[in-house]
Amino acid sequence: MSLRFMGHRKDTVCINVYLLAFSAAMPVVIGFEGSANKIGIGIIRDGEVLSNPRRTYITPPGQGFMPSDTARHHRAVILTVLKEALEQAGLKPADIDCVAYTKGPGMGAPLVTVALVARTVAQLWGTPLLGVNHCIGHIEMGRLITRADNPTVLYVSGGNTQVIAYSQRRYRIFGETIDIAVGNCLDRFARVIKISNDPSPGYNIEQMAKKGSQFVELPYTVKGMDVSFSGILSYIEDMSHKMLSSGQCTEEDLCFSLQETVFSMLVEITERAMAHCGSQEVLIVGGVGCNLRLQEMMGVMCKERGAKLFATDERFCIDNGAMIAQAGWEMFRSGQITELEDSWITQRYRTDAVEVTWRD
Amino acid sequence: METKENKLSSEFLCGVELLKQGAEARLYRCHFLGRPSIVKERFHKRYRHPALDDKLSHRRTLQEVRSILRCRRAGILVPVVYFVDYSSNCIFLEEIVDSCTVREHIASSLCSNRELEQLVEQIGQILAKMHDEDVIHGDLTTSNMLLRPGQDDVVSQLFVIDFGLSYISSLPEDKGVDLYVLEKAFLSTHPTTEELFEKLLKSYVAASSKSLPVIRKLDEVRLRGRKRSMVG
Repeated sequence: MSLRFMGHRKDTVCINVYLLAFSAAMPVVIGFEGSANKIGIGIIRDGEVLSNPRRTYITPPGQGFMPSDTARHHRAVILTVLKEALEQAGLKPADIDCVAYTKGPGMGAPLVTVALVARTVAQLWGTPLLGVNHCIGHIEMGRLITRADNPTVLYVSGGNTQVIAYSQRRYRIFGETIDIAVGNCLDRFARVIKISNDPSPGYNIEQMAKKGSQFVELPYTVKGMDVSFSGILSYIEDMSHKMLSSGQCTEEDLCFSLQETVFSMLVEITERAMAHCGSQEVLIVGGVGCNLRLQEMMGVMCKERGAKLFATDERFCIDNGAMIAQAGWEMFRSGQITELEDSWITQRYRTDAVEVTWRD
Repeated sequence: METKENKLSSEFLCGVELLKQGAEARLYRCHFLGRPSIVKERFHKRYRHPALDDKLSHRRTLQEVRSILRCRRAGILVPVVYFVDYSSNCIFLEEIVDSCTVREHIASSLCSNRELEQLVEQIGQILAKMHDEDVIHGDLTTSNMLLRPGQDDVVSQLFVIDFGLSYISSLPEDKGVDLYVLEKAFLSTHPTTEELFEKLLKSYVAASSKSLPVIRKLDEVRLRGRKRSMVG
């Protein structure tokens, strides 16, 4: 224990952590995630998810989640979730070797809330702290669960839309949205026609889309490996009430058409990145990634090119604590830690800003 | 209907050598009236809704041919269009023999820094010419440029290919996004080449008569979107 806080200088601490990582055969890492409307705490030991409880802040139909309200929700439940995580894992605080938390990107207020608790327990338990990039968390969790080795990654959620591939110690962004995220487009469409946010707007759109049959033509905006969704959203916001009231189409048809259009765009840019990089593996991560229609379309594309698709379900696709623990575990293993004075958060934190020290 | 068309196209292409499967088309190598040529077949994408697929395939075939012709008229090196079959969305193009993609060329690291600089300057000039003609490529990457190396006193030739996402526009916004797409693809494919890309832009600015508003838009587009680091 005393080893951990022997040195105040950064390099000394690093050496100590190296010693620790090697001395503890199976480091146990706890991860705190709360960058958006989900608050999750997960515990990982050597690639094994010991616990991963989560709560979601659900707003009434027609409303999105505001940063301050979301932070209030997280503050109210975070200690309950922490207790659950420890109990389900059957561990005591003394068993934890490292505390990982989401440093960014995300909403400021919820990030601050969660980071504050992570910092506090790290000091109480005398464990090192690790600030993790949220996007890297998704990628590492996807790689852990699916065992995909070096996939082209499609990361799709309410805040992010990126096509990523690894090269030379970075997860490099080949394509991304040049305006809003695909999940944001879906969520805001759900608000327009007042679809429920419980359990999530995307899930409800997916269910309604299954009953849609008529394909309504929408703008289709692909720019190389980049996409744009704001035009589609404006268009559908504008025309949906007109089309619905005149009986030209149903709500289900709109859900169906929106999904078909935006998912086609995503599969197309993923395929373009694969062709460009010569990759034969795809991994889908992020909240929108648990949409089965998206997985199905990606699967068809992969089959056409003899490639392999890896995807996970809602437990690991949607924001969760274990993914932060897993990325933290990789970072910890490679000798990284975050000093207390560096344990700030940031709303903007690009995937390619992180040096990947744990892969060749 | 789709399956029948699909069958038709694969029938007349059967026995033809499949070169590669790109992101949205299959490329075959064959001879057209005795000339070495490439058939670009936009085959039916089964993951997309048929209505969307028909529309996209047809529109892109049409747009590709139009932009190629427009570039050729402006003296930009592009493959010659020999024949187009709109029912199967097939384009018969000149094969650029003895060439490799710029991506392969840069990655092979066979060339010196000076050669690389010359190459990106050449790219900048060609893109300037293309944009001055109001052709927006839509998918500028180093994979979509072919290089036929020069020998002795012959200068190397640079061909622009794959105009499937191209369109005609005179807006600085569209040209700016076109350059932005290239910048991202360039820097993610070839790490630590920021200086090289700056050189490319410099030669673009020098060669284009309308570059000022385009570069201004490029700076604007770079700051757009989410999760960008805040500078200034």
